[in-house]
Amino acid sequence: MDARLLLLADSRLPAGGHAHSGGLEPAVTAGAVTDVAGLADFLRGRLATSGLVAAALAAAACAHAHTGDQAWERLDAEADARTPSPAQRQASRAQGRSLLRAARTTWPHPALEALATAVREPHHPIVLGVSAAAGNGTPHQAATITAYGAITGPASAAVRLLGLDPLAVHRTLADLASGVDRIATEAAAAPDDWAALPAPSAPILDLYAELHMSADLRHFES
Amino acid sequence: MGANHDHDPHTAAPAHGRALRLGIGGPVGSGKTALTAALCRTLRDEFDLAVVTNDIYTTEDADFLRRNAVLPDDRITAVRTGCCPHTAIRDDISANLDAVEALEERHPGLDLIIVESGGDNLTALFSQGLADRQIFVLDVAGGDDVPRKGGLGVAAADLLVINKTDLAPMVGSDLDMMARDSSRVRNGRPVAFTSLREQPGAPEVADWVRSVLHEARHDNSHTARNHDHAAAS
Amino acid sequence: MSRGYVARAAASVERDVGGRTRLTRLRSDGPLALRETAEALYLVGAAAGPLGGDDFELALEIGPDARLAIRSVATTLALPGDSESRMTVRATVAAGGHLDFAPEPTVAAAGCHHRSTAAIDLAEGATLRWYEELILGRHLELPGKHTSRFDVTRDGVPLLRHELRLDDPAVFGSRSVVGDAKAIGSVLLVAPDLSREPHTAEGLAVLPLAGSGVLIAAAAGNSAVLRRRLAQGEELAGSGTSLNAMNAGASSNSA
Repeated sequence: MDARLLLLADSRLPAGGHAHSGGLEPAVTAGAVTDVAGLADFLRGRLATSGLVAAALAAAACAHAHTGDQAWERLDAEADARTPSPAQRQASRAQGRSLLRAARTTWPHPALEALATAVREPHHPIVLGVSAAAGNGTPHQAATITAYGAITGPASAAVRLLGLDPLAVHRTLADLASGVDRIATEAAAAPDDWAALPAPSAPILDLYAELHMSADLRHFES
Repeated sequence: MGANHDHDPHTAAPAHGRALRLGIGGPVGSGKTALTAALCRTLRDEFDLAVVTNDIYTTEDADFLRRNAVLPDDRITAVRTGCCPHTAIRDDISANLDAVEALEERHPGLDLIIVESGGDNLTALFSQGLADRQIFVLDVAGGDDVPRKGGLGVAAADLLVINKTDLAPMVGSDLDMMARDSSRVRNGRPVAFTSLREQPGAPEVADWVRSVLHEARHDNSHTARNHDHAAAS
Repeated sequence: MSRGYVARAAASVERDVGGRTRLTRLRSDGPLALRETAEALYLVGAAAGPLGGDDFELALEIGPDARLAIRSVATTLALPGDSESRMTVRATVAAGGHLDFAPEPTVAAAGCHHRSTAAIDLAEGATLRWYEELILGRHLELPGKHTSRFDVTRDGVPLLRHELRLDDPAVFGSRSVVGDAKAIGSVLLVAPDLSREPHTAEGLAVLPLAGSGVLIAAAAGNSAVLRRRLAQGEELAGSGTSLNAMNAGASSNSA
């Protein structure tokens, strides 16, 4: 694996991720997650739904970047169609914009420029996929990094919001690692058939995302 | 062209062709939001201004500024920091850059964007990628030994503001000692003692901001003129 | 697979010169029977099921400015069998056309293994109401495996691609997916003048899509509460719009 991909997977990449909880903050506010076991359950569901969707879009974007084609608007529309919640679309585009800025500086690549020209604020998984391609990654690696980020972001938010034991949280993440591998394999199975890419929904995450937007107290953007 | 610039400060291009970005940091309760409001009131008729607030968990600071109508609503943006205010101004400045860029798009010709940090500890420092200049705000009630202890914010900020001097007699803070300690850890960089209660317009800080803006303009118009020459020759 | 029924049913409607919608094609096939009434075209289950191994497909075609409402007479009970059962709906709706698809709930019985697929192609200017209720298991029983996929394009652009995968209880029972809900439902409305405001209430989210549609998603402990929430969502999303009038007047055959 190209070591540039490690930078992309690192939560220290300055791409705005630290201010997004992936629905964990509204779950905490609702009293649905209070401990490590609850977090593990939350993450298992998130990984298999929005994690899989994001990983599949990232794999598709990575494969597309390697071809040199530029149908970015069409792929962005596929992300829109899999994100019925306006709050989640907004969060995804905000993170996409931030990652695009970071990626263009960190790994200059023609596909990043083409994406930036075609879509003003592309969806986050698409930028992730193109960034992986810029770091010489495969669609499967793009999917792995994306699925990994789908659980590490909320896990980090849980440590901050609930004061959970970071060692216990990392044990949970390690337990979910084989799930990340399974999801990445499914996500990258057919990255060129955009219409058929996975689209599993998580109705509770959709509801949480919208509730969060109208909450009085918010530490995280999403 | 050059002569006109002297008459109308707004025609000069801001630093680097964009608004000057001024960070205001400091511990919780030291008066960052009150200082931001004071600067807006004092400077808004001279300069084209906007503000980004980094609230810890609410939009309270932004709401305070809106309620007090120091600027129109669309010139105030709140950023959320995921429980880590210093991360958002130092390690990962993405959200603040997005907010700054959005303000610049909405208001072309901005002279100054104030980025007010959430309450930080004494090690907090604005990234050079976010702020062109930074002010660190302490208050006398936080302990008169704080300047001596230093910390990155106290030592490295372009201007150290020691606020709430009217409280010094009540909390037993030694202002002279604070001044001595500050100048020692700051290698002579400026320190301003303020009391927003006694002088609500923060005139000394406002003067410093004016000088910074003029300096930035001068640098910029200088660069621009050199550019013109280069293009002409 | 070969032990189940394979059924292919179809219906096409067109608007005639008098402005009425006419059925131009109607094909029932074995257990997938269609019956025309004044207000809608009814799916009439001619056998229990679908049972494992059954493979049903319904093709619908709505011509320009024509309207079609699909209803069913009873709940669909997805039952176990030798292998996976499938129900597929394909629909095309031409410009000015309207499809109102709202069958009775599906019940995913214990041990079932059912896959439901719907693919809808809307022309620009076509409108849609697509209503679904799913009950997870009969009384006090755990559901079998039920997965659904719903793909809607409008003028060739994807509007909604939405799966609900209820195959692994460790995943769908997660507090981030459907938790302990026993009834899940959604309504997709597509029309030009729907509310653009998201709404939330207990067990209900009204989600304006990026394109001109609104997804109403609800979950509840039982079907009666679910139905109430979906109705509330429809009210929030579409009250007073052209779609309301359209659904009130939707008919397979007004003659």
